[in-house]
Amino acid sequence: MPNFHLNDEDLADYAAGRFAEPFAVLIASHLTLCPACRRAVAEFEALGGLAVETAPVMELTEGSLASIMARLDEIEPVEQDRTPSPADGEFRNFPAPLRRFVGPTTKWKKVMRGLEEAEIGTMRDGVKATLMRIAPGCAMPRHTHDGREMLIVLDGGYSDEIGTYDVGDVAVADPEVVHRPVADPVEGCLCFAVTDARVKLTGPIGRVLNLFIRY
Amino acid sequence: MATVSSPTTIEARQLALWLGRVADLRDRAAFVELFGHFAPRLKGYLVRLGCEIGTAEELVQDVMLTVWRRAESYDAAQAGVSTWIYTIARNRRIDRLRSERHPTIDPDDPLLVRDEAENALQGIETAEREHSLRSAIGRLPKEQAELLQMAFFEDRPHSGIAAATRLPLGTVKSRIRLALARLRRELGPDGSV
Repeated sequence: MPNFHLNDEDLADYAAGRFAEPFAVLIASHLTLCPACRRAVAEFEALGGLAVETAPVMELTEGSLASIMARLDEIEPVEQDRTPSPADGEFRNFPAPLRRFVGPTTKWKKVMRGLEEAEIGTMRDGVKATLMRIAPGCAMPRHTHDGREMLIVLDGGYSDEIGTYDVGDVAVADPEVVHRPVADPVEGCLCFAVTDARVKLTGPIGRVLNLFIRY
Repeated sequence: MATVSSPTTIEARQLALWLGRVADLRDRAAFVELFGHFAPRLKGYLVRLGCEIGTAEELVQDVMLTVWRRAESYDAAQAGVSTWIYTIARNRRIDRLRSERHPTIDPDDPLLVRDEAENALQGIETAEREHSLRSAIGRLPKEQAELLQMAFFEDRPHSGIAAATRLPLGTVKSRIRLALARLRRELGPDGSV
């Protein structure tokens, strides 16, 4: 079971449906691996149930019931859901919420020595969703974030000033956090990160790199 | 552990019974009962969240049609009927307003880590758990309950709550955090309320 979780507020916002989709997908991936957070979300969803139950009663316009009764026999439109295939290879161990967004078309791109990235899903409102693959033992430049970064470890792990992150662990960083992650010396690190602003490199080399890469 | 049955628990059982009849027997009369209970509440709920009347009506239709189609996926051990319907309404609303999908946890996902504490909760009916939630909210300090109301039931962003209550944003956040933590403490597996 994961050691690093989402806080109550984020779980409550998730239950209320307030996160942009990439963040929600990341949180749902953690929930798949974390029964404790899943239970918390269920409790917050029960708050929503209570909100419906205690909402002011507003009668529907006439004919509303009749029109829905007439639609009960309609054939349901088929959901365009991707089912994971063996071709998914390296993605087969992704939690289901994330698996929908990856597959043979996912393109890895080398960003710097020891770091490859693949952008996935849709980018909206400045939200960026990226898979990152860090080579074993490789250290990332020290960096901070303009906005918020949320990250989940999918394979291997990494350590930084705060702790050691393993599969399923979630790290939430904001502008106050400056860190220098180092991938697991044996397994490296495969993770999924969502940011709502770009990352700023803060080390001396980082500052130069910042001019060249949008990372 | 179990609380004394109250009228609300009995009502919740009735709702589950109707939903069961829709799932098992495709019982239209039971569906009409569910519609009668939920449609006006859903409309009130959505309007309170800021939906226009027309949009709210369409969403209610959408939600109730999903209830009819997905009735057999309802799991009474996981959530009360109102909570299940709330999640459908939330997802339909996100779909409608933002053209996004709320991710779902796949119960058959081979990666899913099962809940060891589930056994501890099994003795308590979800209807009773949700009744406990109601009384737990009733016991929160007034200003915490109000903040939860605005954050969840009216879907206001924290900045909006800060403006409405003339509280600093940090205070709003910390009070919401306190209220959530307190609710969870009361509702934990041993939280015999």
